[in-house]
Amino acid sequence: MASNKNHAAQARAGNHGHDGHHDLESLRLMGFWIFLITDCILFGTLFATYAVLSNSTAGGPTGAEMFEMPGIIAETFILLTSSFTSGLALLCMNRGDRKGLIGWLAVTAALGACFIGLELNEFVHLVHEGVTIGTSAYWSAFYTLVSTHGIHVTIGLFWMIAIMIQLGKHGITPVTRRKVNVIGLYWHFLDVVWIFVFTVVYMMEVM
Amino acid sequence: MWQNIKDFAADFFVTGDPLIYGADVAIVLTMSAIVFVLTYFKKWKWLWTEWLTTVDHKRIGIMYVIASLLMLFRGGMDALLMRTQLVMPEMEFLSPEHYNEIFTTHGVIMILFMAMPLMFGLFNLVVPLQIGARDVAFPFLNSLSFWLFFAGAMLFNISFVIGGSPNAGWLAYPPLSGTMFNPGVGQDFYIWGIQISGIGSLATGINFIVTILKMRAPGMKLMKMPMFSWSVLGSCLAIILAFPILTVTLALSFIDRYFGAHFFTLDGGGNPMMYINLIWMWGHPEVYIVVLPAFGIFSEIVATFARKKLFGYKSMVFAIMAISVVSFITWAHHFFTMGSGADVNAFFAVSTMIIAIPTGVKVFNWIFTMFKGKVSFETPMLWTVLGFIPCFVVGGMTGVMLSVAPADFQFHNSYFLIAHFHQTLIGGVVFGYIAGLVYWWPKVFGFKLNEKLGKWSFWFWNIGFYVCFMPQYVVGLMGMTRRVSTYSWDSGWWGLNLVSTIGGFLMGAGFLIMVWQILHSIKFMERDTTGDPWNGRTLEWSIPSPAPMYNFARTPVVEHLDDWWEKKQRKAKGEPEKPLAPLEPIHMPKNSGIPIIMSGFWFLAGFGLVFDWLWMAIPGFLGVFACMFAHSFNYDTDYYIPVDEIERTEAAARGTV
Repeated sequence: MASNKNHAAQARAGNHGHDGHHDLESLRLMGFWIFLITDCILFGTLFATYAVLSNSTAGGPTGAEMFEMPGIIAETFILLTSSFTSGLALLCMNRGDRKGLIGWLAVTAALGACFIGLELNEFVHLVHEGVTIGTSAYWSAFYTLVSTHGIHVTIGLFWMIAIMIQLGKHGITPVTRRKVNVIGLYWHFLDVVWIFVFTVVYMMEVM
Repeated sequence: MWQNIKDFAADFFVTGDPLIYGADVAIVLTMSAIVFVLTYFKKWKWLWTEWLTTVDHKRIGIMYVIASLLMLFRGGMDALLMRTQLVMPEMEFLSPEHYNEIFTTHGVIMILFMAMPLMFGLFNLVVPLQIGARDVAFPFLNSLSFWLFFAGAMLFNISFVIGGSPNAGWLAYPPLSGTMFNPGVGQDFYIWGIQISGIGSLATGINFIVTILKMRAPGMKLMKMPMFSWSVLGSCLAIILAFPILTVTLALSFIDRYFGAHFFTLDGGGNPMMYINLIWMWGHPEVYIVVLPAFGIFSEIVATFARKKLFGYKSMVFAIMAISVVSFITWAHHFFTMGSGADVNAFFAVSTMIIAIPTGVKVFNWIFTMFKGKVSFETPMLWTVLGFIPCFVVGGMTGVMLSVAPADFQFHNSYFLIAHFHQTLIGGVVFGYIAGLVYWWPKVFGFKLNEKLGKWSFWFWNIGFYVCFMPQYVVGLMGMTRRVSTYSWDSGWWGLNLVSTIGGFLMGAGFLIMVWQILHSIKFMERDTTGDPWNGRTLEWSIPSPAPMYNFARTPVVEHLDDWWEKKQRKAKGEPEKPLAPLEPIHMPKNSGIPIIMSGFWFLAGFGLVFDWLWMAIPGFLGVFACMFAHSFNYDTDYYIPVDEIERTEAAARGTV
C-alpha cells in the first residue's frame, strides 16, 4: 500500500527537479554521510583524549597488564565478519531478494550481539580484577572510548531489528532501500572505528 | 513525614534570597496567566496543530526568534544585576556566591540560548526562501532541533529556582566544576541543558548543509547564491566540525561527576588543562559560528540599501570559508598562560592574527559596495553602517592586541578582555541579528516594523554600548579582573564602573524600546502588499509576504546573481516576461507531534540525571527511544497540495497587490 503511494509520488515528482520522494531519499543518504563525519569527530576527540591520558595510570595497573588478547581478537574477527555479511545483505537487496536480505541482516545482527556479549564479558572480567572507570585517568579513557563504540553497536542492533520488521511489512521500496543502505554505512563505519580501537587501545598497548 | 517533605523542599527549591522569591511568584503568575488565556479562548488545539507540531520552517523560525528574545531578556537581566552590584565599591546587593551564579548563567544564556537560537531562527526564516526551496532538507529533524533547544534551555533556566544555578563560569572549567569543589546540582543542570540543546544544534547544522547544497533552485550555481546563504553554509560547516567536540567534552565532564572518573580531576592522573583545550576547540569556532551569519546579513543589507551589487562577491565567499577554517586553529589563544611554550603560543598568535585578514577584506567590501551607491538609511542599514562597522573594527583591533601572546599575559582575564569580546559579540552578532530581524520582518509577518521607534532603539543600544564598554577597556588596563563581585574604594575604579553601569541600563532601555516597537507595529501595522518593501535583490522578495506555506507556487529558475533584481531591471526596460509554467501539485511534509514529545522525554532524562533520580532518567531515555522507533515506523509523513488550492492561495495573496 505504502509502496504504491511512494511509487506514484516518485512518478509525479520525476520530471521536476528537487522535490518528491526520489530526491528525498538521496537527500537523506547525504544527510547521513554528514552525520558520519560528525561521528568521526566525536570518536576522534575520544581517541585524542585516550592518547593524552594513555600514560596517566597514577601508579595503578596499565592496560598491558590487564588485557586478555584472545577474547579481543575473537571480537575483532566477529565484527569484521558482520561487516561482510551486511555486504551480502546489500547484494541480496540489489537482486530484489527480500528473504535473503532479511536473513543476512539477521546474521549480521547476531554477530553484532556476540561482539557486545564478548565486550561486556571483558568489562565484567576487568571489574572483577579491580579495574574500574575510577581507577585512574587511563582507565576512565579506556572505558569511555570502548563503551562509546559498544553503545553505537547496540543502537545499531536495535535499529537493524526495526528495519528487518519494516522490510517484512513493506518489502523492498525506495524508503526501505535507503534505510538498508544507511544501516550498512553505519555498520561499516563502526567496523572502521573498531579497527582503530583495536590498534590504538589494544595492539599498541600490548606490543 | 511532614519534616521529610520540608527537608526535601528546602533542598529542591532555591531559598533564602528575596530576588528568587520574587522570580518564583513571577513564574507562577505567568504560567497561570498563559494557561488561563489558552483555556479561556479555547486555543489549546490551535496551539498544538498550528505551532507545537508544525514542521514548517517559517513557523519554526518564528518560535526560535520568540524563545531567543525571551532569553535575551533573561540574560540581559543577569547583566543588569551584575552592573548594579558593581556600580559602587563595597556594594552588598548580591552575595559573592549569587554573583558567581549570575555571571555563569549570563554567559551561557547569551551565547547558547540567545545567539544560537536567534541565528537558527534567521536560518529558518530566510535560507529556504533565499535559495528558492519549498522547505529544508529534513523538516521533521528541523522541528526536533527546535524542541531539543527548547528543552535544553528550559532545563538550564529552571536551575535558578530549583536546585541552584551553575556557578563555575560559562565554560565550567574544572577542577572548579568538578565534584570536589562543586558538589551541588548546578553543574549538572549546565551539562544536561547544554548537551540536549547541543544535539539539536548539530542536527540543524547537518540539515542546512544538505538544504543549501542540494535544494537550490535550478540554475542557482553556488557562485550565484546569495551571501547570507553562503554565510549559513560556512557557519554550518563549522557547527558540524565543532559541536561533536562539545558533546564529548560535556559527556566526559558528566562521567567525571557521575561515575567518579578521572578525566579532569586533580587526582588519579586527571588533567584539567585538557578540558580547557577541548572546550575551546569547540568554543573558539563557536564565536565564528555565530558571527558568520551576521556577516551574511550585513552583506545583504548593504547591497539592498546601496542599490548596488555586492562589491567583491567572490572575495566575500573566500573570506567566509577562510574564516570558518582558520577559526579551528586558534583555540589556544584563550590560554596563552597555560605554559605550553613560546613556539606553541607563537603559532596560535599568528593564526589568530591571520583571521583579521579575511575579516578586513569583508569590511572593505561593504564600504566599497556603498561607494557611488544610492545609499538610504532605513533601520537595518543604520544597524549595519553606524552600528556594526565601527564597533566591529574597534573590537577587531583590540582582538589583535589580545592575540599578541606576551601582551596577553597582561590583559588575560581582565576587563579589557570583557570589553573586547562584548564589542565583537554585541557589535557583530547582536547588532547583526537585530538588523536581520528588522530587514526580514516584513517577509515573515507581512508588515514593516515602525521606523521611528526602531531608530530610537538603535541609538539607545548603540550609545549605551559605548558608554558601557569603553570604560571597561580602561578599568581592565588599571587591573580590574573579570568575575570580581566587588572592589574597594581605594582601587580607583569607581567612576569608570559607574559610567559603565549607566551604559548597561541605556542598552536595557534600547531593548525595551525594541519590544515597544514590535508591539506598536503589530497594533498599527500597515500591511505590505508588494512582497518586496525594501526593493530587494534576492529570491525571497519575489513571493508574497508573508510567504505561503509552500513558499514558491512555481519552482523559480535562476539565471543571475541577485536574480530578482535582474528580473525587475529587465521588466523596467520593457523586456517581455517569460511565460509562467503550469502549476503542479506540491509535495509537503505532514505535521508531527513526535519532536515535542521526544524533547519532553529528553527533559525528563536530563532532570532525572541532575538529581540522580534514575527512576526518572531511565524512563526518560526509554521514551526517547520509543519516539525514535515510532518515527521510524511511520510511513505516512507527507501529502500533496492540489493545484486548485495553490491557485486559491496565490489569488488571495496576489489579490491585494
